[in-house]
Amino acid sequence: MVMVSPPQSVTSERDLRLDLFRGLALWLIFLDHIPDNVVSWLTIRNYGFSDATEIFIFISGFTAAFVYGRTMRERGFVLASARILRRAWQIYVAHIFLFTIFMAEIAYVAATFDNPLYAEEMKILDFLKQPDITIFQALLLKFKPVNMDVLPLYIVLLLLFPPMLFLLVRRPNVALGGSAVVYALAWRLDWNLPAYPNGVWFFNPFAWQLLFVFGAWCALGGARRLAGVLRSRAILAIAIAYLLFAFFITLTWHVEGLDRFVPGWLTEWMYPIDKTNLDVLRFAHFLALAAVTVYFVPRDWPVLKSPILWPAIVCGQHSLEVFCLGVFLAFAGQFVIAESSGGPLLQTGISVLGIIVMIAAANLVSWYKAIEGRSPVSRVKSPDADLAGGEA
Amino acid sequence: MTFILAVLATITLAGGAVAAESAPTPDCDVPERLISTETELTRVNKEITDRHRLDITVVGSRSSALSGPDGARFAYPAQLEIALKERLPGNEIKVTAHVPSGQTTADMAAGLPKIMSEDHPALVIWQAGTVDALRGVEPDDFRNSLDQGLDAIAAAAADVIMMNMQYSPRTESMLGVAPFADVMRWVAEQRSVVLFDRLAIMHHWSDEGTFDLYAATTGYAMARRVHECIGRALASQIINAAHLEDAKTQTTR
Repeated sequence: MVMVSPPQSVTSERDLRLDLFRGLALWLIFLDHIPDNVVSWLTIRNYGFSDATEIFIFISGFTAAFVYGRTMRERGFVLASARILRRAWQIYVAHIFLFTIFMAEIAYVAATFDNPLYAEEMKILDFLKQPDITIFQALLLKFKPVNMDVLPLYIVLLLLFPPMLFLLVRRPNVALGGSAVVYALAWRLDWNLPAYPNGVWFFNPFAWQLLFVFGAWCALGGARRLAGVLRSRAILAIAIAYLLFAFFITLTWHVEGLDRFVPGWLTEWMYPIDKTNLDVLRFAHFLALAAVTVYFVPRDWPVLKSPILWPAIVCGQHSLEVFCLGVFLAFAGQFVIAESSGGPLLQTGISVLGIIVMIAAANLVSWYKAIEGRSPVSRVKSPDADLAGGEA
Repeated sequence: MTFILAVLATITLAGGAVAAESAPTPDCDVPERLISTETELTRVNKEITDRHRLDITVVGSRSSALSGPDGARFAYPAQLEIALKERLPGNEIKVTAHVPSGQTTADMAAGLPKIMSEDHPALVIWQAGTVDALRGVEPDDFRNSLDQGLDAIAAAAADVIMMNMQYSPRTESMLGVAPFADVMRWVAEQRSVVLFDRLAIMHHWSDEGTFDLYAATTGYAMARRVHECIGRALASQIINAAHLEDAKTQTTR
C-alpha cells in the first residue's frame, strides 16, 4: 500500500472498503459515460435500479464527514467550513476545466461534421454562436453538457455542508431527519435548481443531498448504531429479495416479452423510476446493495489488502483526479470511436485502456502525495479530503 | 496486474463475440422485433377493408423532413406513401405532413385538434422528442404534452403511431435524447400506443453497417436513403399492426 496512515490518527484504521467501492464506482461511471459502449453492459445500472452515482455520492458523504467532522471537533466550525469551501472551489475549477475540453470537442465537431440527415440535431451546436451567454451560464453552473452533472451536484452539496455537518456532529439523528424532510419537500413542491437554456438540474441537489447526508450520518456513528440491524438475517433476506426483484424488473427492459409478467398495477405504481429526484426505489436499491455488501465484505476482509483489489482501491483514494480524468477519457474515447465509426472491439479497447490510464494516474498522484507528505516542509498534514473527503 | 489481465481477457472475449455476430448486410431490413407491437391499429384496418382508402397525417419537426432540392419528395412521409401504395394496391393512400422546424411537443399537442379537424386522418404518425431534448424541456412536461396530444388524437377516433428520435451518434455526447426516449416508451406502454422506435432501428442499421451514421457528408444521397428505409419500415409496421394482407410480403426492404 502506498498510503501511509497518519501517525497522529486517533480514529480507527482507514476503511478500505470505501476506497474499493468508490474506485469501482469511478470505473463504472467512466464506462457508462461512453455512449453505446458494449462494455457498459457490465455495469450495475443494467442489473438494478441504482447505479454507480449512488455509491459514489454516499461514499463521498461518508468520507467528507469523516475528515471534516474530525476537523470540526478538534479545530472548530470556522476552520472546518473553510476547508470544505476550499474543496468546493477546487471541484469548481476542475469542472470548468472539463467544460473547456468539452467546448473544444464540440467546436471541432461543429466545424467538421455536416450531414443533412441531422440538420435538426446539429442545432445543439447553436450555443457556440453565443459564447457570451453560454460561457457565463456555464460559470454559473446552469449550462451543463451531457454527463457533466455530477461535479456541480458535489459543489452544491459541499457549499451546504458546513451547517449540516455542525448539526450532524451534535445531533446526528435530527440532521438526518431534516435531510429526509428536505427530500420529501423537494418531491412534494418540485424544488430543483434552474438550468440553462431551460429546465432543471439533472441531479436535483435537494433530493440527492439525502444520500450524501446519510453517508455522513453513517460516518459519524450511524454505521455503528446500524451494525446490529445489518447483521440480522431477516434484513439480509429482505435486501436480497429486493435486489432480485429489481434485477427481474431491469431484465424486462432489455429482454423482449418479459414485461408481460409484470402486473399492470405494479407498472402503474412503479414507473417512472426517477433518477433526477433520486427515486425512493433507487434509494432503497442502494440501501439493499449496501446491506448485502456490508454483510459479506467485513471491514477486516484480508482480500482488501491483497494486490488484486489494489487498482480499484488506489483509484478510490484519489477520486477527484480520477473522476475528472474519467470524464475526459470518456470524451476522448467517444471522439475516437466517432472518428473511426465505432465497433465493439474498439469500444472494448478504449474501455480497458481508459481504466488502465485511470489506475496509472491514481498511482502517480499517490506517489506524489507520499513524496510531498514526507518532505520536512509539509510536515503538518492537512487532511486532504479527496473530492468530498477521501484521504481520511 | 493479473486482475487487469483477467478483466481484459473477459472484456475482449465479450467484445469479440458481439463483433462476430454483426456481419454487415447491404439492405435496410428491420428485424421483426423492432417493429412488432401488441396494439392493433383498428381504425386503419377498418378504413382499408371498408373504404379502401387510408389518410395518414404526419405531425413532427424537422427530422421528419429533408432539405435540399425536392426535399419533401424524398423525406419519409412521401416515402411511406410510396411504400404503402406498393404494398396495398387498389387502395387510395394519402400522407399529409405537418413538419415545421423547431416545434416542441407542447407546440404540436396544442396544434393537433386543429389538424385533426382539417385532415380527418385515420392514422396520425407523431414524431416527437428531438426539439424537446434540444430545448431541455423537463421530462415531466414532455410527458404531459404527449398525453395531451394523444387525447386530442383519441378524441378524433384516429389511430396513432408515436415516433421517437433519430439515432445520431455524432451528437450523442451533446444532445441527451435517452430520457425523452424513455418517457415515450413508457407513455406508449401506459396508453397501449404503437411506438415506431426510430432510435433503435437506426441504431440497428448503424451496428449492422447498413449506414455509416458517423459519416460527415454534405450530400443528400445517404439522408434520402435513410428516409426511404424509414418509410418502408413504417409501412411494414402499419401493415403488421393493422393486420392487413400484404401484396408482397417479402419486400420489407
